[in-house]
Formats: sequence, structure tokens, C-alpha cells
Amino acid sequence: MNSTDTLEVPASTGMAAVDEAVRKSYEHGFVTEIETEVVPPGLSEDVIRLISAKKDEPEWMTQWRLKAYRHWLTMSQPDWAKLTIAPIDFQAISYFAAPKKNQPKSLDEVDPKLLETFDRLGVPLHERARLAGVAVDAVFDSVSVGTTFKKELADAGVIFCSFSEAVREHPELVRQYLGSVVPVGDNYFAALNSAVFSDGSFVFVPRGVRCPMELSTYFRINARDTGQFERTLIIVEDGAYVSYLEGCTAPMRDENQLHAAVVELVALADGQIKYSTVQNWYPGDENGVGGIYNFVTKRGDCRGARSKISWTQVETGSAITWKYPSCVLRGEDAVGEFYSVALTNHRQQADTGTKMIHLGPRTKSKIISKGISAGRGQNTYRGLVKVEKHADGARNYTQCDSLLIGKRCGAHTFPYIEVKHPGAIVEHEATTSKISDDQLYYCRSRGISEEDAVSMIVDGFCKQVFKELPMEFAVEAKKLLEVCLEGAIG
Amino acid sequence: MLEITDLHARVAGKTILKGLTLTVNAGEVHAIMGPNGSGKSTLGHVLAGREGYEITAGSVRYLGEDLLALPPEERAAKGVFLAFQYPVEIPGVNNTYFLKAALNAQRRFRGEPEVDSMQFLKLTREKLKVLSISEDLLHRAVNEGFSGGEKKRNEIFQMAMLEPRLGILDETDSGLDIDALKLVADGVNRLRSPERGFLVITHYQRLLDYIVPDRVHVLADGRIVESGGHGLALQLEEHGYAWVRERRIGGAA
Repeated sequence: MNSTDTLEVPASTGMAAVDEAVRKSYEHGFVTEIETEVVPPGLSEDVIRLISAKKDEPEWMTQWRLKAYRHWLTMSQPDWAKLTIAPIDFQAISYFAAPKKNQPKSLDEVDPKLLETFDRLGVPLHERARLAGVAVDAVFDSVSVGTTFKKELADAGVIFCSFSEAVREHPELVRQYLGSVVPVGDNYFAALNSAVFSDGSFVFVPRGVRCPMELSTYFRINARDTGQFERTLIIVEDGAYVSYLEGCTAPMRDENQLHAAVVELVALADGQIKYSTVQNWYPGDENGVGGIYNFVTKRGDCRGARSKISWTQVETGSAITWKYPSCVLRGEDAVGEFYSVALTNHRQQADTGTKMIHLGPRTKSKIISKGISAGRGQNTYRGLVKVEKHADGARNYTQCDSLLIGKRCGAHTFPYIEVKHPGAIVEHEATTSKISDDQLYYCRSRGISEEDAVSMIVDGFCKQVFKELPMEFAVEAKKLLEVCLEGAIG
Repeated sequence: MLEITDLHARVAGKTILKGLTLTVNAGEVHAIMGPNGSGKSTLGHVLAGREGYEITAGSVRYLGEDLLALPPEERAAKGVFLAFQYPVEIPGVNNTYFLKAALNAQRRFRGEPEVDSMQFLKLTREKLKVLSISEDLLHRAVNEGFSGGEKKRNEIFQMAMLEPRLGILDETDSGLDIDALKLVADGVNRLRSPERGFLVITHYQRLLDYIVPDRVHVLADGRIVESGGHGLALQLEEHGYAWVRERRIGGAA
């Protein structure tokens, strides 16, 4: 069954205040003045060889990239999403940018300017101020600046390092798993990423180990006219567990910048991965000038029996978001979850959702999607639930809610359901609501200001998702949403 | 404390209030009765500050201030409370959280220190107990899935927590069975004090058996056509609103 329902906001009904100009401040919009080595714009086999050489990669890695590039050349940019994307000139983008002085052996040798940058972003890397219980890998443009708590993690048997380091230090693991979840030619942007990916994080949690702390990667785009193409690979072996969080910001610039990442997760038998994202790339200004194109492929493979992968995302940034974190439920009794809050304000566009592919018997999946549209934002949920013929007893529950603020925004829902096993149970619930004048009046008549009332209502709307985030990030996410909605009303 | 003078109000191009004059002093309970469409609810919303009402003439002074010039949240902070006839649902927002945010927003506005979670919890327990409201109400989302009676009781609970100077009850009795009605009345009676005034808007005299008013006013066609003591309500009950209309026509002739 394929069903589609689209809802445009009716242009009637009150809330006069909403009509007023929406404006918001992006507090991470600063630029770090640092000497940067940038590979000249353009994409060719030579550029790919150059990137690979700069990263000291072995020949197999270079060949892997070239294979991806050759495949990419045969593909064309997808146009099925409900997005309006200005043409991207792939020859105008620089595919590698790195701070010049960055060859530190340890965090003590990292350029103070970089440390300061991450301090300012609320991600302190130096010993004294580190976030308690959270190990951080900080990626600045195309390279990893440093990773905290490496020793403590190594003692537990956990590998957490930059992707470049993993290629050098753990080539056997990288070769075994890289591209095994998202193949080189999976889609246009994944192929591009496979050809030119710069840095990202690598996590390996061996059999039976519960990772003793939260792992987190913070991605920062700084340089102008560059793309960021990060690659993340997380593997949990039998019975292992990890909770991983990524955060992202970029300076305010007038031109669009491309961010095309690939994230691959592998969970073996009884393994569990909890992957959370708080995405706050620069969204562009209120007229839609500038902002990040966030074209991301994220997929988890529940390879083993009873494995579980849970995606939680709070997407507030980017001019355009194209992202469908998915689960391939291969092992029997595997569980996939997707919890999402996506907010579009001003001229932001998001086409996001998930894919749950049920292959194994008794696999279960749950999708909770909350879309919030304000300003002239366009917010689309696109999800696929697929039950293959061996997935006896598969179950899915999908809840897909949209909240509209103001009357110039749009919310759209495209749920695709393909069931090939007669015993599967698939449920889909969807609602669309507006923050009503009556709700605002009720709150105000109790003494709560309009702005506080809006964030209270939005927070209530997102509650099911926020409670899935690690505690400290749930607070962050709530604050972030408040900032992003500042001025959305009156 | 509340002085309404020759108030004219219009909504969606239709004039609803046509020269309403009414004074409520601190310590008094005034009942506003009247047939459907007479402007009772409009009066409540105009006082609470709902948008969409156009004041074409007249004034409202509250504690010496021009009430109509204030946004709803300031009116609330200054002690005006409207118990809604149809309380609004706010999904996902916890009732306790909502009430604490409201109380502290009001306190901030008045320059008073905010109450912390412990103090707030203590206060809630006290109020719940005297109102015989189940604690389960606190853990649910604001009005979400509440029965009609629960919604009304929750309004009275909010009023008890916020301790307003002027309580306006908009048909709080409608749709309540007799036990719920007694609970609501009891809640109001407990709040009666020399510094607090009440405006009880109701369709039926029944509520006034439990909340005995100092004055009863009959609102018809946008203005007060008859005022009296509690006895007026009883007469109305006996003769119906047609009786008022006849008396008016009689008086005019």
C-alpha cells in the first residue's frame, strides 16, 4: 500500500501576531581565524588521490575512493524529495580543508585557537573542563582535532578515534565493515561521500562490553566554500552497547555549503546502539540566503539476533535537510527505533524520515516523528516500512505528528508501506495540529507570556522524542528549539 | 476593585455588549445571570483580555488602573483570573509544570521570589486536599482527556493555586452533576475573603444555592437590566428570563 497525504496550511484563521517578521539569532555563527590549508575547488581523480595522500592512506583506501568516484560520475542527483534545491556546482566546492598547524600528537599540542573554538561551542576538550562522562571527538572542517578520554576507553577495550586514525591503526576492522551497510553506489550523495570523505569518527565496542561513557562527535564547518564529507562507522559486537551523540554547527555565510555525510552502524547479536543527533548547522537567514545543505545517508544494520539500533534526531538547522536514518532488521527479534524532531523556520526545508526494513522474523520497529513548521518553513516526513516475506511476526508502529506555527508554512507526510508477509502488523497514526489562538490565550490568561507559551506547547509536542535523548542533551535540545523559534510569533 | 462603565464591545462586526455598567467591591460576590446570547461569556473574555474583541465605548477600571490597556498575562499577574467555560487542552504539557510556570511568571512580574519545586509541591498538596481533587490530575497533560467535570475542577484548582484578587467564573457549573457542583462551590467559598472579589457568571440559579452572592444582576441584550439580592435569582428561577423581558417592556411603556 502506498498512501500520501499532504496538508497545506489554510490561509485563514487568526493569530495576527504570527504574521510579523520572524527573526532569530544563530549563536554559533562566528568564524575562527586560523590558517587553513584548502585544496583548490574542483573534483577529479587527482583531487581524490590528493586527499587520500594528505591523509596518508593505504592504496586499498585510495582505490575504494576512486571506485566510488567512478560510480558517482554515472549517477545523477535525486529529485524525488519535496525540496527546492538550487543547482550545485560540484566543481566550485573545495573537498578538503584543514587547519595548517594541526599535526598534534595529543590534545596538549592542539592549536589554542581550536580549543577556544570548541570551548565557545560548549564542547571543552582540555582536561579540566571536559564534560563529565562524555568522550568527545572534535572534527574541524576536514580533520579531527582530538579525542578525549581515549585512555579510559581503551582500558575498557573500546576504540574511539577519528576515522583517519582508524584507517591507519585498525585497517582490518575498517576494511571489514566500511561500505557494508551503505554500499559505495547506494545513492548519489553517499557515492560522493565515499569518494571524497574527509574525517569522522570510528567506534568499535568489542563483545560483551558496555561502553562506560557516552561518546560524542562534534562537527564544525569553518572554512569558506568547502564541503564537509564526514564518515562515521560504529560497530558493536555481540552483547555490546554504546550510546553515541553528534552535534553540528557552522558559521553564518551567504553562500550555501554542502555537508554530505555517511554514517554506518553495525550491531551484532544482542548488541545495542543508541545514536543521537542534535543538528544545528547554519540554517541561512530569514530570506533563505546561505545555510548548509545537509544531505546525509545514515543506516544501521541489525545484523545479529536481538540486536537493537535506535536513532534519535533533533534537526533544527540547515537550509535544506535530506536525511533518512534507517534500520535494516536482519537478525531475528531485532529492534529498530526512530525518534525525530525536525523544525523548519524561515525558508528552511526538510525532507526527512526513516526506513525500517524488516527481513528477520519477529523484528520490531517504532517510528515517532514530530515535525514543526514555522515562518515559511516546509517540513516533510517521508518514511518507508517494508516487511519482506521471511519476516514472520514483524511489527511496526508509526506515529507521525505535525505542528504548524503561523499560516505560511507547510507540513507534508509521505508514508510508504510495503508488506510482503501476511502476518505482519503495521500501524500508522498521523496528526496535524496548529498552535491555536485559544491555547495561547489560555496560557496568557494564566500569566504565561506568548513566547513562553509557544515553547511550552512545542516542548510538550516533542516530549516523546526528548525523553529518548541522553539527559544533558535533552536540556540542550529544548533550549535549542526555544532559540530557533524566537520571534516565530509576534 | 472593578468598575465597568458603559462598556460597548463588538466581535466579528457584531455588537454584543451595549452599555454595561457594573461595580464589584473587594469582598463581594456578584452573580451575572442571563439567557443564552446575552453577552455573559463575552464579558468574561473582555475582562481576561482575549483578542478579537473591539471595545467601541466605555471603560473598565481595575484597582485604579485601565484594565483594557493591559495584555492578558499582565492582567493575570495583577490578580484577574477567568475560570474558562471550555478549558483548552495542551497535549504533552504536564499540568503541574504548567501551573508552576504560571505561578512563577506571575510572581516574577510582581517582583516576588519564585517558588521552588519543594514549596510548590507542598502548596499543591494542601490545595488538592481541601478541594478533594485526586493527585492523579497533576500528572496528566493540561486538560487532555479530562472529563467535563475534571476540567471544571482543574480550573478551580488553578484558581486556588494562583490566589487571584478577582475571580471570574464563566458558567463553571454547566454540565456538572450535583456532587461536582458542590465541590466547585466549596472551592470558591474557601477563597472568599475581604480582599477578594468574584464575578460568577451562570445560567442557572442552582449554583447560587451553594455560592450565595451579595448581588445578582440580570444581563440581557448586552446590558444589565435588573439588579438585586439573592432573591432576584430565585425569582428568575421561578418565572424564567421571559419574566425579565416582560418587566422591561412594561417599564419602558
